[in-house]
Amino acid sequence: MNAERGSGVGTGDSADAHGQSPSPSAVVSMYGIEKRFGAVQANRGASLEVAAGEIHALVGENGAGKSTLMHILSGLLAPDAGTVRVDGTTVTGWSTSDAIRAGVGMVHQHFMLVPTLTIADNVVLGREPRRGMAMDVARAQRDVTEVATRYGFSIDARRRVGDLSVGEAQRVEILKALFRGAQILILDEPTAVLSPPEVQELWRVLRALRDGGGTIILITHKLDEVIEISDRITVMRHGQTVARMDTPTATPADIARAMVGRDVLLTVGHPSSGAGRVHGPEASVRSAAPRLTVVDLEVAGAHHERRVHGVSFTVAGGEIVGIAGVEGNGQTELVEAIAGLRAARAGRILLGGRDITTLPVRDRASLGLAHVPEDRHRRGLVLDYSVADNLILGRQHAFVSHLGLDRARIAQNARARIEQFDIRPTDPSLPARALSGGNQQKIVVAREMGGEFTVLLAAQPTRGVDVGAIEFIHAQLRASRDAGKAILLVSAELSEVLALADRVGVMSGGRLVALLSRDAATMDVLGLWMTGAAPPAAGAA
Amino acid sequence: MSIFAFAAQTIRIAVPYLFAAAGGTLAERSGIISLTLEGFMLTGAFCAALGSYYGGNSWVGVACGMGGGLVFGLLHGVVTIRYRADQVVSGVAINLLAIGVTRFFLHLAFGSSSNSPRVPGFSTVVRGEGMLAGMLPDPLIALGLFAVPAVAWAIYRTPFGLRVRAVGEFPQAAESVGVHVARVRYVAVALSGVLAALGGTYLALDQHQFTDNMSAGRGYIALAAMIFGNWDPVRGGLACLLFAAAETLQIQLQGTQAIPSQFVQMIPYVLTIVALAGMVGKSTPPAALGKSD
Amino acid sequence: MDALRERVADTLLPPVVALLVALVAGDVLILSVGQSPVEVYALLLRGTWGNAYGFGQVLYKTTTLICTGLCVSVGLRAGLFNIGGEGQLAAGGFAAALAGLALPASTPAPLGILVCTAAAVIAGGITGWVPGVLRARFGAHEVITTIMLNFIILALLNWAISSADGGALRVPETLHTRAIRAGALPRFGDLIPAFHGSAANLSLLIALIAAAAAWWYFFRTRAGYDLRAVGLQPDAAEYGGVNVGAVWVRAMTISAALAGLGGINFVLGYKHYYEDGFATGAGFLGIAVALVGRNTPLGVGLASLFFATLSQGGLAINALVPKTMVDVLQGVVILAVAASAPEVRRVLRRRKRIATA
Repeated sequence: MNAERGSGVGTGDSADAHGQSPSPSAVVSMYGIEKRFGAVQANRGASLEVAAGEIHALVGENGAGKSTLMHILSGLLAPDAGTVRVDGTTVTGWSTSDAIRAGVGMVHQHFMLVPTLTIADNVVLGREPRRGMAMDVARAQRDVTEVATRYGFSIDARRRVGDLSVGEAQRVEILKALFRGAQILILDEPTAVLSPPEVQELWRVLRALRDGGGTIILITHKLDEVIEISDRITVMRHGQTVARMDTPTATPADIARAMVGRDVLLTVGHPSSGAGRVHGPEASVRSAAPRLTVVDLEVAGAHHERRVHGVSFTVAGGEIVGIAGVEGNGQTELVEAIAGLRAARAGRILLGGRDITTLPVRDRASLGLAHVPEDRHRRGLVLDYSVADNLILGRQHAFVSHLGLDRARIAQNARARIEQFDIRPTDPSLPARALSGGNQQKIVVAREMGGEFTVLLAAQPTRGVDVGAIEFIHAQLRASRDAGKAILLVSAELSEVLALADRVGVMSGGRLVALLSRDAATMDVLGLWMTGAAPPAAGAA
Repeated sequence: MSIFAFAAQTIRIAVPYLFAAAGGTLAERSGIISLTLEGFMLTGAFCAALGSYYGGNSWVGVACGMGGGLVFGLLHGVVTIRYRADQVVSGVAINLLAIGVTRFFLHLAFGSSSNSPRVPGFSTVVRGEGMLAGMLPDPLIALGLFAVPAVAWAIYRTPFGLRVRAVGEFPQAAESVGVHVARVRYVAVALSGVLAALGGTYLALDQHQFTDNMSAGRGYIALAAMIFGNWDPVRGGLACLLFAAAETLQIQLQGTQAIPSQFVQMIPYVLTIVALAGMVGKSTPPAALGKSD
Repeated sequence: MDALRERVADTLLPPVVALLVALVAGDVLILSVGQSPVEVYALLLRGTWGNAYGFGQVLYKTTTLICTGLCVSVGLRAGLFNIGGEGQLAAGGFAAALAGLALPASTPAPLGILVCTAAAVIAGGITGWVPGVLRARFGAHEVITTIMLNFIILALLNWAISSADGGALRVPETLHTRAIRAGALPRFGDLIPAFHGSAANLSLLIALIAAAAAWWYFFRTRAGYDLRAVGLQPDAAEYGGVNVGAVWVRAMTISAALAGLGGINFVLGYKHYYEDGFATGAGFLGIAVALVGRNTPLGVGLASLFFATLSQGGLAINALVPKTMVDVLQGVVILAVAASAPEVRRVLRRRKRIATA
């Protein structure tokens, strides 16, 4: 593809699938890696070369295939095609235990730690020191403490992991890999869950590891981190390796451009100048009164941690407000709080001027709130229900007669929606499970947008659907907007937000860090906001 | 009644509970639901009587009882681990199967639908005034008292126990460091079968015979004790003693009409519900309990 | 069409596999006592479906199993496992007997039946409401609470019956109540002479109506729509505006009310009094019925008939094979259904993947 390879002083373009000899210093080389999950091609001829003793950043947008590539390296997945070499030996398709034995350790985004066990227990699990039949608990604690000290961690091995802070738990994960003799350490989005001081602590640890001869691969999409910590960079997009750079000669703009693939708009000014245009979103706001108003909203996550911080915005009729941002920055919680699926800890939500902050889901829906949820398999559909039954989910109260469900009207509704939204196959009695992803999503969209509504929450409305369905859903969203509906669009696909939104907000760390007019919201600017490169205070609306 | 006699009686009643609760704790800590204790115990009692009768020796009975528990434990393991059947359903089925199998073979082996003939056993105790010392001839009583600390030691102090705890809390984490989740669970559930069956073995050898449905709900009391003890073997063992003491008290009070015996019988179940509803302290089952996938 | 065929296979294969496994197990047991399986099975059929009395007994046992089977099905449809059917059944029977004793003998029969049946349903419902609330409000898992409540209810009933010395309630020196004065249901034998002596009674009709009502509730009402959604995908139900906790409480209450309804079969239809221990075994067998019946009311009816035949057939073959053989087979059937259901689903999915690849 139109990759911007070697914009730095890369080690040469080895992305072609021939698998030529890697450069001698490379401890990890991966060539022509292909991996498909069902309909999704996660890796398409991806490649990676990492030299011994460097911190290598693997960057790219969500879904670019970074984690898949690293799962292949760590033995969790086997590639469909391609070659993996570690220390010059071909190890393609090896197992996790092979990888551990060869000194490749992975620190997962979701910690693989047993919260009820101590640090020492977690670290030694699977290779416990023994004394007779018993486990030598004292030695386990001693060994773990010793390894920790060697790498400059200060921990008390007897503490329960469940009592640790996220940063401490992450250090235990790293310790687990080191205890198993890892020489090549892979970290998957390690800073996503850390506070700034914890990030600094992590950098200190990683530098110490590198200086001790270790090799580190860091999966991330935060540009400031890449610049700060890495020695070299590999950029992935759409499952392919599109660029390699040496960090000292790379600029954030280079990396951002490679990540989002903005070949066409390369003429757009430098992102830093773009960031100056973040004010003045009012320019494009429609004149209608706000249909959805969110004021100082705070939402807690599963463990009472704050996932949404003081978010305020409005959506007017005839307007699409897009929320961009890397996933996991509070978008899910924001949408679920507005929909009534999650309690607001503070703040208010108004629907057409009426306070709905504490109303149950059903009442919000009857007041005209429609919701295309981000996960159709978990929330949006009852997969074993028929298409017809799914087309009334959330509106089931409107389809009753005196003797129960009004089957005739349900069937009539199904026929109308199936035709109007071109759902295929057209048999309303099929279970939703039997339909393709695109048609499943059309069921959800048909149900939510086919009826009466004033405000629509559309979360990842085109995730995992085919191109035809994407176009169709986009057309529906535009048509609703033009019909005067207020739409809040949340998407991890920047291009989708830019294609549809009249105003664009960016969420980062649970805050709405920017709310820009469509004109000011270029891909470059948004990319910087999303990756945390722009100062968080600059453009909050 | 002297305090010693009371203690002796309590311990005698508690022995089957102690065995079964210890076994149940082991299985549940590995993530396998232990509704099966009742069935394991019944099977153990029958096999012990059978072995003791035909072997002419109570130790043969003990071995057979353990063997029966092992087979049923592994059956539960295969169905829930290999075939990923619902653990509650499998538990209910195992219990029904145990009733059926013991009845069928009771008929086949002894031609009776109610009980076996007298078989060799351990107990030589004088009842009623029997002192603690009177229990010494029955090694199963000592073994039952020993089972709780032994399981506690195994769970908290051995590599196997660490793996059991990890597998029952977060099997993916255990798997990611190369622990064989299925293997750990098989061992735990097989051991739970053996332990609960020892409880049944004690019943049969203590009474020198097997009677139909001999476990009579004791497996469920052990289950209650395990939950009331918050899945800790020692606390579960103490709960067994508490429940047994209540029963002893009930037996002593019989005839006095002070409290209807049925209300004393309810104590374990009521306490367990109260504990489970989080009304006293916090009830925290192993996180992966009952999840077959 | 493929989806339909897959659903049929997914529904029917596990019970079929289970029946085959049970047949093999039965053969082994029969051969182990030196009898011929063909002869024994023939005798089993003759003793159950071969004569009106035997068939009447099968229908009598079917009635209770339909109720406890529906009880488990309603719970499972909502994603809950109610294994307290035995206590709930006993509570229903006891309440029916109390009502029948309290009513004057002059009560018109339909009214008496209605009141006694309502008492059974309400008493059952209360015993299910409790674990429902414990689950929805306190997070106490219904599997454990229903087992524990089983024992509590049975102990309470045992106390109620045994502490009421003589007097109005109990027949002295027994563990059963006096005969009810009102609410008795006619037996089939009163209407059709061939059934004479068998316990089958009009409760069967009531149980069948309950099954039909359950079908209507599951598949034709908004509440049933909500209930099944909660059982299949609680998150989707919540998204669809369903109050999941309220559905849990409702489902447990209805589930236990159905078990309670089963109590009228013994009390109003057969003995005309409550007897301690009449419910033994029927609760757990309800789990087998629901599993084999795949949680559909029709399936529950057929599975009840099957297990009732097995149970009654045990008595018929007792001369050749110990009747307890059927206890073994019950366990085998449940284990085999439980083990084959996930396996069948996995095989179907795998085949589908290969087909689409």
